Amino acid sequence: MNIPATDTSGHAVRARGLVKRYPNKLALDRADFDIPTGRIVGLIGPNGSGKTTALKAILGLMQFEGELDVLGFDPRTQRDELMEHVCFIADVAILPRWIRVREAIEFVAGVHPRFDRVRCERFLANTQLKPGMRVREMSKGMIVQLHLALVMAIDARLLVLDEPTLGLDILYRKQFYQRLLEDYFDENKTILVTTHQVEEIEHILTDVMFIRDGKIVLTSEMEQLPNRYTEVMLSADCVDAARALNPLDERSLPFGKVVMLFDGVERTRLEPFGEMRTPGLADLFVATMKGTYA
Amino acid sequence: MNAKTFPILLRREFWENKGGFFWAPIVSAGLFLLLTMMAIVVGEVAAKRAAATGKLSIDGEVMINGLDLGTLTSKMRPEDAQHLAGGVDLSLVMASSWPFMVLGFVVFFYCLGALYDERKDRSVLFWKSLPVSDAETVWSKVASASLLAPLLALAAGLAAMFAFLIVVSLVVLLHSGNPVTLLWGPGSPLEVAALLVATIPVHLVWALPTIGWLLLCSAWARTKPFLWAVLIPVSAGLLVTWFDLMQSFDMQTFWFWKNVVARLLLSVFPGTWLDVTQFAGIDVDGPKDLVRLFSLKTLYSSFLSLNIWIGAVAGIAMILGAVRLRRWRDDN
Repeated sequence: MNIPATDTSGHAVRARGLVKRYPNKLALDRADFDIPTGRIVGLIGPNGSGKTTALKAILGLMQFEGELDVLGFDPRTQRDELMEHVCFIADVAILPRWIRVREAIEFVAGVHPRFDRVRCERFLANTQLKPGMRVREMSKGMIVQLHLALVMAIDARLLVLDEPTLGLDILYRKQFYQRLLEDYFDENKTILVTTHQVEEIEHILTDVMFIRDGKIVLTSEMEQLPNRYTEVMLSADCVDAARALNPLDERSLPFGKVVMLFDGVERTRLEPFGEMRTPGLADLFVATMKGTYA
Repeated sequence: MNAKTFPILLRREFWENKGGFFWAPIVSAGLFLLLTMMAIVVGEVAAKRAAATGKLSIDGEVMINGLDLGTLTSKMRPEDAQHLAGGVDLSLVMASSWPFMVLGFVVFFYCLGALYDERKDRSVLFWKSLPVSDAETVWSKVASASLLAPLLALAAGLAAMFAFLIVVSLVVLLHSGNPVTLLWGPGSPLEVAALLVATIPVHLVWALPTIGWLLLCSAWARTKPFLWAVLIPVSAGLLVTWFDLMQSFDMQTFWFWKNVVARLLLSVFPGTWLDVTQFAGIDVDGPKDLVRLFSLKTLYSSFLSLNIWIGAVAGIAMILGAVRLRRWRDDN
């Protein structure tokens, strides 16, 4: 087993100046970020913002410029070693359609030194999947159950999830994250997840990163968000005074009310304007990404 | 990476391609036996009809053209016996050949799809999420095409051969002939079987350029790998022919088609390596000589040709190219 020499930083991933150029697009534009060990980090951004490109770089699936350290490995040159410690679920429909449940288990058991077959079979026992079933006979939700059971039975240090619950109904979606938290995640593991369904994962994340046009525009621990961001509902008469404090975003409500979102303004200064609350991740996302598609 | 990896990769290929690797040879061998038996029945019925119309006489036992099968062997001259032996062995080779003919097509399309289908259905992202290097994956596909599939076809071919021998023996028995003196004695089924086994290494080395080329196309093409794989060498061949017709290029058209186009596209078909085996000094005069062509010595004389080795080197280079393409291809 390869124990990476440089893994003393407490970081699962450290990226500096990542650049990825496609013929007619700059997918990553000098992106810098750190993902600490033992965290669940959400990488959130609109379509085409570079999320998947960043994940592909981390997984060594493509060439790029810049410095990238994943668990002490360079994914470009040390991918084969790296993949013993990294798992990923790229999308719901990527298990080969011809494979049977028992073949998938046997294959992963055969090639992955850190796979625990008993554990995998225990996860599958709670589902409707049968050993002889082929992927092509399964519903999307069942495919994800199989993939998740395979991945959770691997003792990996970094789990990368790219839109893992896309196209699933709410029962499967809830179950997916529930299982990850209950049966998989611990302080030695790091999970990096991208999704559009911000509301559903915000309560399980420990950290969040917003990406826009190939750049990381916000990095924060979830616990820090209430200290940093405040949303105030104010009446029309104090709009000008509030605007002087440089709100990140404002939107109008019926009956002349206005909601403003502030970044780094102390709550004591905002109190006089009206009712305050901590914005949700979705509100923050919308405010940060304003004008992306314009 | 551990030592168990490669066998499990081969099993993976087998699971995915069970239809082509396993069932196709069995079905083709079975089909051959079925057709053989149908032909025998037709022959018997025709003989009976002929006998009824008085063209063939039957007195107690079946006679063909007045000849008793039982006395046939006893009255044979030594030279005829040799021809008989050759004929028997040749029919044995024919009996085993069906799975091999099917093998060519199976391997051709297997290689074309091997690195293309996984990109098309994006399952490559699943395979790449596991600690298996691209080199291991691609070489497991090469091994499946050049060894696993031919061995399975060989097994089916040998089974068909012995089943054929048994069927014909029964027919001979039915006509009061002695299958031992007529078939098993003069023929040499074990030798033929051993020779068929011995073709496997020749086939393996010979097929490399086609396997390499098809895998390369499979790893490279964004759509329609078949079209690219065929179109590129064939249009190159047409171009050479055209230049040759205009006398502006001192290259033999035939040489190019045979040594480049055919080697890229057809070398996975078993027996195409006969082209480079050395038959020198053998005069073919009837079946007995035909069989001499298939001695171990002539078989392995193919390894003496430069053609087979240049092809192998080119094939390996293209396989390495396919590994590299699979590593960095970013279109899913």
